[in-house]
Amino acid sequence: MSRVAFGSLIGHLRRTPLRRNLIGGLIGLVVVILVLESVSPFRQGQFATMAYLGIAVGGLTVLTGLNGQLSLGHGALMAVGAYTAALMLHDVDKPLPLPVVMLLSVLVTVVVGAVVGVAAARLHGPYIAGATLALAVAMPGIASFFGDNLGGEQGLSVSTPEAPGWFADAVYFLTAHDVTGTKYLAYVGWIGLIISFVLLANLSASRVGRTWRAVRDDEAAAELAGINVGRARVKAFVVSAACAGLAGGVMAMVVRIAAPSGFPLTLSLSLLTAVVLGGLGSLFGALIGAALLTFLPQAVTGLGQSLGLGDLQSAQLAPLVYGLTLVLVILLAPAGLVGTIRNAWRRRQSPDTAPIHPQQEAMQ
Amino acid sequence: MKRWTKQMTRIAGLITVGALVAACGAGGRPSSGSSSDTAAAEVGITKDTVTVGATFPLTGVAAPGYSEIPTGAQAYFDYVNANGGVNGRKIKYIVRDDGYNPTTTSEVTNELVLKDQVFAMLGALGTPTHSAVVDFLNSEKVPDLFVSSGSIQWGNDPKAKPYTFGWQPDYEIEGKIIGQWVAKNMPDAKVGLFLQDDDLGVDSEKGVRRYIDKQIVKVAKYTSGNTDVAPQIAALKASGADLVLGFNVPAYTALSQLVAMKLNYKPKWFYANIGSDPELIGSLLSKFSEGAVGKVNPLDGVLTTEYIPGVDATDNAWVQLWQKVWDKHGKDGHLTNYRIYGMSEAYAFVQALQAAGKNPTRKGIVDAVEKMGNDAGPPLAPFRYSADSHLGISGMRVVQLKGLVADPLTPVLVTDLGAAPIKEDDSAAKDGPPASGIPEVKPAG
Amino acid sequence: MQQLLTTFLTGLTLGMVYAAFALALVLIWRSTRIVNFAQAPMAMITTYVALVIVDAGMSYWIGFAAALLSGLVLGAVIERVVIRPVEGKPEINAIILTLGLFVVIHAVAAIIFGSGFRSFPAPFGLRGFEAGGVTIALTGFAVFTICSVAVVMLLLVALFQHTDIGLKMRASAFNQEVSRMLGVKVTRMLTLGWALAAVVGSLSGLLIAGGSLVSPSYMDSVVVYGFVAAVLGGLDSPGGAVVGGLLLGVSLSFVSGYVGSDLVALASLAILIVVLLVRPAGLFSHATARRV
Repeated sequence: MSRVAFGSLIGHLRRTPLRRNLIGGLIGLVVVILVLESVSPFRQGQFATMAYLGIAVGGLTVLTGLNGQLSLGHGALMAVGAYTAALMLHDVDKPLPLPVVMLLSVLVTVVVGAVVGVAAARLHGPYIAGATLALAVAMPGIASFFGDNLGGEQGLSVSTPEAPGWFADAVYFLTAHDVTGTKYLAYVGWIGLIISFVLLANLSASRVGRTWRAVRDDEAAAELAGINVGRARVKAFVVSAACAGLAGGVMAMVVRIAAPSGFPLTLSLSLLTAVVLGGLGSLFGALIGAALLTFLPQAVTGLGQSLGLGDLQSAQLAPLVYGLTLVLVILLAPAGLVGTIRNAWRRRQSPDTAPIHPQQEAMQ
Repeated sequence: MKRWTKQMTRIAGLITVGALVAACGAGGRPSSGSSSDTAAAEVGITKDTVTVGATFPLTGVAAPGYSEIPTGAQAYFDYVNANGGVNGRKIKYIVRDDGYNPTTTSEVTNELVLKDQVFAMLGALGTPTHSAVVDFLNSEKVPDLFVSSGSIQWGNDPKAKPYTFGWQPDYEIEGKIIGQWVAKNMPDAKVGLFLQDDDLGVDSEKGVRRYIDKQIVKVAKYTSGNTDVAPQIAALKASGADLVLGFNVPAYTALSQLVAMKLNYKPKWFYANIGSDPELIGSLLSKFSEGAVGKVNPLDGVLTTEYIPGVDATDNAWVQLWQKVWDKHGKDGHLTNYRIYGMSEAYAFVQALQAAGKNPTRKGIVDAVEKMGNDAGPPLAPFRYSADSHLGISGMRVVQLKGLVADPLTPVLVTDLGAAPIKEDDSAAKDGPPASGIPEVKPAG
Repeated sequence: MQQLLTTFLTGLTLGMVYAAFALALVLIWRSTRIVNFAQAPMAMITTYVALVIVDAGMSYWIGFAAALLSGLVLGAVIERVVIRPVEGKPEINAIILTLGLFVVIHAVAAIIFGSGFRSFPAPFGLRGFEAGGVTIALTGFAVFTICSVAVVMLLLVALFQHTDIGLKMRASAFNQEVSRMLGVKVTRMLTLGWALAAVVGSLSGLLIAGGSLVSPSYMDSVVVYGFVAAVLGGLDSPGGAVVGGLLLGVSLSFVSGYVGSDLVALASLAILIVVLLVRPAGLFSHATARRV
């Protein structure tokens, strides 16, 4: 890092957004500890799932909301992260320390994301949607093809890592509880989420974020203002790919397997649903979206069963709700749940500023 | 600077409060069964119920046929429950769909073990799917009984997987028996293999190669997510194979027949038991064309194997019992071979539960299954459970399909993994069920 | 030699189906500037309508006609009710909307018809025929496929070039404002465009289903292949869609036969990327950028 960058880093530390985000992160950590310690192992597993979905949705909402690139292929990027982690954790007696595994998942996915991002940077609208859709559909086939190294349809099994001694001691010190495998994974997932969200929030508030928004709103004007549009797009894609890679790595450990069947098209579409529901560009909305993805299916399936539908049909109610959500949100509330509430709040505070365009409402 | 301090104090206060509250053990519930076994009551067992769970492909490419297995098991359990249950406990059977996707299997098994708190897993189906959860079940010490798959990993290493047991004959011995039959009866045939690209295929190939290694001219593998098998069948045809051995799930039997017809390829077909039910394949192919796949059953003349009496053996006492059970407790549809499979597994579970005594424990039922010898049961060949092997039925017989009827070509042949020889053994084929239709096993000593 | 011929013929047959699907996408793009990602499940659900009719014992042809008819109605209804509000808005809205429809129709089909695999009839036989010792892997059904798609294309050409309504549709696609001023009921033309596209899509759904196993997801990868074919030929060009479909069908068949059927989707992605980087407007696009 150059001296100028270092100096500006110190400058950053003095400015409010970073402090605000760090404090938010700390508060989040406390809430996480409280919640995880007080629920059953099954719920801890569900929270772990919510964590990795949240990371992926967070990265995607930044890409789509701030930079305007609609990617339907983030499920495939999660697969890259998951397989990387699985390769390092499969059938190994002494696995590498977890932070190293996570870092490697992120790095490999970043490389793949860079390649995809460069190709996608020149596409817009339906073209990038179609190309990333093709990527999502192609990924399971790629994983099957390299079956010798990647385990084929059976995939690579991942044994749950054990909490390192110092972590278990720290948790015991704070909470007087032991750390089971599931709880450890939930902690890993949520700490990863807090770290990535703090970083994303900072990026969003920084000059880089403003560059991304400029590119999204008006390419020609951004180009004229001296912004390298292609580079900004690739950077945004790479950042979201890093999130997807981390999410995939955590997913491999939570689900205990990385197999082609784990990354169907529906995964990418679910991530998109979560983004739209929460509001494009909103990290808090990403959390809400991830929560819905994790907890809604069971609730809806139960509802279906009590309404008299068969088991298999009730299981289809969750995707039906997702699809209807996408359709209704776009038609009625393009700013998503969080965005609409926020706009209503804002409108109440200052009634004379109305959004010019519903899509501008969505993108904050 | 003042704002700094105020904020700092507020944060520090929050964290301290939070830590204190958490340290007071804020409502932590004791974790279920994994670490300590000092729990007074065994998981999944109460005074009047015992809960078992299973994962099956109720949707997806493996659903044809296999989705019927749990309906058979449920019917048999209803029959047993209607007659008082086992030691006064009714059996509660929870089935969850995994769509033949290992990832879904992992999630759903998690639910069964942690949320539904089952006593044991029973008959979970699928080689690639169950591979994803077998280590988890063993580390959580959940009895994983009678996996519905023939992979050898369920029983060839009890030290690594002490809680897991197979039930049906494994694919390696099926491959051996088929291979030996081919070597004896069709020594000049050029053999092609049509295999699922996972342990199912690996284990079968190992068994087959022991007897007809030199006769194999082509091995074609398919992945169960991909329904395009034209390249594989075309390759088999190009290699000149005139006998094809297929180790695949039923949907791929139908697909291979269809593609072969399109390519005008007419070898002799020998399908493993898991994919050869004539009624199912007939119904899968029934609509295909107005006349091309006609009234004659498409699997006529095809060779396969069997290890439990099938629905066509109407004079067999076991089949009559299953028909009675299905008539009384079955839901939609009629009795099929897959439902019989489910009932036979359920029967074995009831035997194991009885052997585990009046107060079964998870460890207890595992020990009981290891000692399960040759009580009368539906399989045609005896079990080979022991402390060294958790593999189940030890053999089968080769049959030829004539319409919907399986015509035996050999007596019951039994063998074991590796170089173990193949012997004839009709001892388990001649028994019949007790009059009540419910086993009467004494608790293991 | 045998394998080469088989691979080529299989690719040709499949390519015609992709061409039909691509044509549907192009029709919708030309009229409303939207890529209808939901076209695949729309085709799937109309195929299920045909299946229900065949199950009830009626002839395949009645089911065939019913599927096409329901496609017509479905396309019109969707355009009028769901798509109309987002025409003219930022394109991201329409994309998300069609994806939402994709998921909804999928789920509805699974709820009503079940997720199991069902076989689907194929008229004219499924056996390839021999000619001089070489098997021609062209079943009767494959010939029907090629012919029916060709007929549909000719009908569409006739409609657009030689009828009044075709002229109105082309005018509405070219310039909505001017057409409106000239008295064309533009919105009605848009609805008609979607309806016709849905019929073509339904046809491709029926043709893929014939002689194969059907389930709610059986058309899912076709939306990718259809999109790639449409882009290959140029999203603006119906003729390009046909050529693109054939080229794609044959190339993918060769990938499947000689490399591995797992990599077919990746191959289509590679083709897409190459086209978008080298000639983004497609092979046959008429739209030229204005040079000042």
